[in-house]
Amino acid sequence: MMYPKEFRYAKTHEWAKVEGDLARVGITNYAQEHLGDIVFVELPEVGRQVKQGEAFGVVESVKAVSDCYAPVSGEVVEINDTLADKPETLNQDPHGEGWMVVIRMSDPAELNNLMDVAAYEKHCEEEAH
Amino acid sequence: MDFIPNTDRNREAMLRAIGVGSPEELFADIPPEARLDRPLRLPEPMAELELQQHMLELSDKNAHLGRLVCFAGAGMYDHYIPAVVDHVISRSEFYTAYTPYQPEVSQAVLQSIFEYQTMICELTGMDVSQASHYDGATALAEAGLISCSTTGRRHIVVSSTVHPEYRRVLHTYAAGADLKVTEVPYRDGVTDREALERVLAGERAASGERASGDEPACLLVQHPNFFGCLEPVADMARAIHGRGGLFVVATSPISLGLLAPPGSYGADMAVGDGQALGNVPSFGGPTFGYFAVTEKLVRRLPGRVVGATVDSRGQRGFVLTLQTREQHIRREKATSNICSNEALNALAATVYLAMMGKRGIREVAELCLKKAHYARDAVAAVPGFAPAFGAPFFMEFAVRCPCPPAELVKRGTARGILPGVALGRFYPELEDCLLVAVTEKRSRAQIDALAKVLEGCA
Repeated sequence: MMYPKEFRYAKTHEWAKVEGDLARVGITNYAQEHLGDIVFVELPEVGRQVKQGEAFGVVESVKAVSDCYAPVSGEVVEINDTLADKPETLNQDPHGEGWMVVIRMSDPAELNNLMDVAAYEKHCEEEAH
Repeated sequence: MDFIPNTDRNREAMLRAIGVGSPEELFADIPPEARLDRPLRLPEPMAELELQQHMLELSDKNAHLGRLVCFAGAGMYDHYIPAVVDHVISRSEFYTAYTPYQPEVSQAVLQSIFEYQTMICELTGMDVSQASHYDGATALAEAGLISCSTTGRRHIVVSSTVHPEYRRVLHTYAAGADLKVTEVPYRDGVTDREALERVLAGERAASGERASGDEPACLLVQHPNFFGCLEPVADMARAIHGRGGLFVVATSPISLGLLAPPGSYGADMAVGDGQALGNVPSFGGPTFGYFAVTEKLVRRLPGRVVGATVDSRGQRGFVLTLQTREQHIRREKATSNICSNEALNALAATVYLAMMGKRGIREVAELCLKKAHYARDAVAAVPGFAPAFGAPFFMEFAVRCPCPPAELVKRGTARGILPGVALGRFYPELEDCLLVAVTEKRSRAQIDALAKVLEGCA
C-alpha cells in the first residue's frame, strides 16, 4: 500500500491529513499490519481537547491493545462512527475510510514536528530491522 | 509436583554450580538483623495419630456452625449446602487444577465456567458475566473504578447502607487511584433520598452551591442492603442515569430467587458475594465475587471470560475470549490487577444452582423471607425489643435491644445460639442494635429459642 504524499506522519504511526484548519487523523498501514485483525476501536467524544502526543483513542486487535496518539493539538470536531460496527475498516483502508477523528488544530505549526512521506517510509524500514 | 527435600549434597552441588561457598555467603545481601539466627520455636515432631488428636483438641475450641444455631449474617450466611456440592468440587480434576485455561486440555473446566457465567447472567438479568471474582467487596470497588474510566469522571457515590467492609475496600481502591468517594447517609434503614439528590446534584451540603467537576461517575448501592432492607432501586437507577452516571448494584444472590433481577431495573453492573451459593462461611472466606455487566461494558469487565465457539471441524468448544482487555496484555490500563478467579468456589455455586434450579432457588428465597418475618415478629414481641427500621426487608433485620448486644451474643453463644451481629462496631449510632439473619435452615423451634434467649435480658 502506498503512503499518501500529502499526509504528515508521526513516529507512533498516526497520519494527519490537513484540510484547512482541520486535520483528519488515522493510523498508518504499517500500524494496522503490525496490530493484526482489529476488533474494537475506542474513540474520544466530540469536543474533547487533545495535545500533540497525547492518547486520543484505543485500537484493539486479536493480539494486542494499542493507544493512538494525537499528531496535532486541538479540539476533536468529528469522529468516525462507522468504526464501532466495522472496526475492520482500519485494516482494509487505513488511509481512507478508516480515518478515526478530525481535529481542529490549535497550533498548525506543530505539523513541522511530523515527518513527510519519505522520512516516514525510512522510519518504518528502520523499525522493521 | 512432589516435595523433595534437599540433602546436604544437593545444597553443596547447587552452591558449587553458582560459584558460592556457603549459604551465608548466598544470603549476604540480607542484613543480619533481618535474619533468623536460631531454629524455629516448634514443639517436638509428632506421630500422625498424635497430631490428629492434637489438632482435634485445638479445633474443638472453635464454636462452629455444626454446634451453634446461627442467626449471624452481615455478609456471610448459614445456608443449606446439598451434599453433591462437596462431592463434585472434591474431584481432583477440579480440586487440584491450577489456572486450567488451555483449551486443548481444559474443555471440561472451561465448560463449567461457561455454565457458571450463564447462570449468573440468568440470575442477574445482565448480558455478560466473567469467570468469577476475588470477593464481593473487590467486585464492588472495581465496578466503581470501571465507572470512572468509562465516564471520565472521578467521583464515586456510595450509599452508607452498603456493607461497611465493602466501603472500606472501596476507599482503599479510591485512595490509590486518587478518586473522590461520597457516602450518602441513610434514614430508617435505607438510603436517604433527599441527601442522595443533593449529592448527585453536586451541591455542597452547607451552601447549596454546585461544585464543578463533581459529576458522579456512578451510584453504588446494595440491595437488600447491609441492614437487610430493600432499597428503591428503580428510582435510584433513574436518578443516577439522569446525571449521566452508571448504576451499580451489589445483590445477595439468594434474594434474586424472589426480587427483580438488576438487569430489569437498569443496573449497568451487578456484583455481589457468592458465598450464599453452596459455599461454607468458614471464617469469612475463601468466597467468590460475581461480576456481570451490560454488553456495552464488556471490554471493561475485569478477569477472565469464557466463550463458546466452534473449531475448524465445526465442533462446539470453549475458550478464553476478549483476552486483550486483560492485565497480562496491558497491565497499566487493566481494570483490575487482582481479578482472581475463584474457580473452585464458583464451581460450588454452579453445582448448587444446577441442583436448585429456577424453582429451587425461589423456594429457598421464600423460606428465608417467611422465616425472617416470623423471627422479626417473635423478637419484637419480647418486652424491650423493637425493630430498628420500618423499611421492607428480605431475610435480615436490625433490632433495638434493652441491653448491650455484645452481651446478648455472649449469652446466646453459651446456650448454643448465635443471636446475630452487634452493629455498634460498624455504626456507632446503632450501638444498641443487633443484626439478625434468618436462613432457610432455621426452624420455628430455633427461632422461638432465640426469643427465649432475648427474654432473659429484657
